[in-house]
Parts: sequence; structure tokens; C-alpha cells
Amino acid sequence: MDKKLYIHNYCKIKNNSVNLNGEIIYSDKETEMTVFLKNVYHFLGLKYAKFFKMDSLSKIAFLTSEILVNNAKITIKETNTAVVLSNNASSLDTDRKHQKSISDPDNYFPSPSVFVYTLPNIGIGEISIRHGLKSENVFFVFSQYNETVHYTYENSLIQSGKATTVLSGWTNVDDQSVDVFMYLISEKGSIPHSAKELIKLYKN
Amino acid sequence: MENLKIELKEKIIENLNLEDLSIDDIQDDDTLFGDGLGLDSIDALELIVILDKDYGIKISDPKKGKTIFESINSMAQFIMDNRN
Repeated sequence: MDKKLYIHNYCKIKNNSVNLNGEIIYSDKETEMTVFLKNVYHFLGLKYAKFFKMDSLSKIAFLTSEILVNNAKITIKETNTAVVLSNNASSLDTDRKHQKSISDPDNYFPSPSVFVYTLPNIGIGEISIRHGLKSENVFFVFSQYNETVHYTYENSLIQSGKATTVLSGWTNVDDQSVDVFMYLISEKGSIPHSAKELIKLYKN
Repeated sequence: MENLKIELKEKIIENLNLEDLSIDDIQDDDTLFGDGLGLDSIDALELIVILDKDYGIKISDPKKGKTIFESINSMAQFIMDNRN
């Protein structure tokens, strides 16, 4: 018999606001995305120097995962927590920075620390390093948040015994635009895990 | 030489995104890797790019990197000895 699963908690970051389980926990009017992300980092009281080395996509995934994990009533263990993320822009925000650094043959100095983030799934790596995860993970690129694929994949991971918890969601960063909806799926919670609930929370 | 050391500290903080540090936090003889500033392998590559881009110095023998990037002192001395 299938386990009954729940959306344990969820966090959204959009329009300079951070929303945890339907309540805004932080907002400002900063116009530079990088400064906004730094503001959120300081608001959360984090001490993790590697944060400043990350690209914006990894920063946003990292910050959102911190909020979810630190406000969860379940334990995130090394091998039980899978990570499933998706977005529309892949790593385009960082790809552009890298392209800029190699576009002039007379000034050809690609930055290694930029180049290493020219893949969208590096953010999953940052989250995994932070929590010591050695678990299943995948990053999808969709035209828009696909609640059906997310639901099916998250459900499959837990029902098949690959994970007991799934950290999942949509992390889109492009230029100055941020659209994040991440959540934890587990056997504990109050919102039933379904595609219908996922898209409702994302759009709400 | 002293100005070069300050310049190097500023470049390292900026290019390696060491936002928690100021130039006063980096001593001239601090170890840059390991227990010192805790720089990693990607940071090492960034240091090589700084030498090439800002000082026109290419490191031809990677084995020398460990000595060159040992501290601000060793980096500054290497630049003084090798830049045109």
C-alpha cells in the first residue's frame, strides 16, 4: 500500500519577498538581485562563507533550502533526502557572464569560478554539500513549473524507497528576475501531496 | 612592495568573493590555502588568472604554484621578480 505523503512545508521567493508557508518572512525594495540575496542571507543569520562564491541560481536554491530545513519538523539525513529541482532558464544567468568573459579574443580571461556554475544542477551540489547529502537528485529544465512531473517524480522516489524526504521545486533565475517555489515532501505534514495542491501553492 | 601587497589583498577579496574579509584580516604571511584563508582549487585557478590578466605573468610550471601562492608575501615577491 502506498505511503500517504504531504507537503511538509514550502517557501516562495519572488518580487523581493520571501514567503514561508503562506506568510511573508522577509521583503525589501532592493533593485539589485545580488544585493537582495545577500540581504536574505544576513536576515537568516547564516554563517557560510561559501555562499558568497555561489552564482545567483545556487544562492537562491541554497537560501530556500536553508529556510525549509531550518523550519522543518523532520530530520534531514544524509541518505534519505532526495533533491529534485527544475527551472526554465537553466544556468543562463551565469552562462551570459561566462560568454562575456570569452567574447573578446584580445581580452580572453574566463573566470574559473564563474565557469563552474555554468550548469543548473550545481545548486543541488551546494545543497548536498551543506547537508552532507549522498542521495538521489535530478534537475529538469521545463518551459514552466510542471506540477505533474514533479508530483510523479517526488512520489516515485518515496514510494520506491529511494528516499523518505524530497526537497523539491522550481528555482528560476534570469537577469534580475527570481521565481522560486520549493518544498519538502514527507510522510509528515498537513497539506496532501498532489499535483493539484502543488500548482495551487505555486500560483497562489 | 607594500602597495602591491595591499593591491593583491583587494584583488583576492574581490575576485574570490571573500565578502566576510577585509584587507586587515589578511596578514602578509598568512597561509592562503589550507588552515589559513581556506582557499580551494577553484580559487587557485582564479589566482592564476589574476597574475595573467592584471600582471601579464603566465605560470609555465604548475608545480611552482604551491610556492608562489603560499602567502601574500610570496605572491608579491613573485610578481616583483617576474613582471616586465
